[in-house]
Amino acid sequence: MKISEREFAEAVNSRSKSPIYDKMKAATVGIAGLGGLGSNIAAALVRSGIGRLVLADFDKVELSNINRQAYFLRDIGRRKTEALAEILREINPFCEIVTHDVRVDEKNCLEIFGECPIVCEAFDGAEEKAMLVNTLLSESKTVKIIAGSGMAGFGRANEIVTKKISERLFVCGDGKTDVADGEGLSASRVIICAGHIASKAVEIILA
Amino acid sequence: MAKINGEDFNEVITIGEYLKKKGYTAARVAVMVNGEILSKNEYDCTKIQPDDEVEIVGFVGGG
Repeated sequence: MKISEREFAEAVNSRSKSPIYDKMKAATVGIAGLGGLGSNIAAALVRSGIGRLVLADFDKVELSNINRQAYFLRDIGRRKTEALAEILREINPFCEIVTHDVRVDEKNCLEIFGECPIVCEAFDGAEEKAMLVNTLLSESKTVKIIAGSGMAGFGRANEIVTKKISERLFVCGDGKTDVADGEGLSASRVIICAGHIASKAVEIILA
Repeated sequence: MAKINGEDFNEVITIGEYLKKKGYTAARVAVMVNGEILSKNEYDCTKIQPDDEVEIVGFVGGG
């Protein structure tokens, strides 16, 4: 179905007393890691009319991702950057999507995300999470980071919260449930955490 | 008195010593002192000052 951007914008703004589309359209958000958190954060943001996304992941879609990530079975074996960009365009063709098919590290993270006023940390590993937060907060004077920490297992939905650590750092999750402890990861709980991260990003954009 | 993650703290030790004492892994934390990120190479030479507000985020895996 061919939809014009005006129609899409009107639909995003519908039922809202103050329209959000223009502010969302003007915003750029970076997402580091396109797994359970990143793919679901991206889907939420394009549904709200985000104008530009900078996506980074080096990985390919695997069957073991389908339990919680936004991909389809048809995507198995494809690069996450490419598969996710396609899914996002099917939701909102008016979002500009920049992809980096690369492992994010201390050396390249400012180059990849330096243009983003808001970066969502959505890696799987605790050390990668800490690396991104430490590097971007040190090397950029302005970026705001919303990180995810603690969303393994099932249930205890109300333990997942958004915590403000400083003016430039927010951490979403229960802060303790580590996937390394063997509880596994489930769509329901990972999506709650992704929703917290996306919601904080939208809140910052609309503030 | 200093505050670490909202709790009163009044020992004169370094951030590195505090992390070790509390069982944090340095590679998995972000430390903010008075709202600014503290570089990892400063952990062992930064003493917690009486009026410091310290926030330590210990990241856990999963995403």
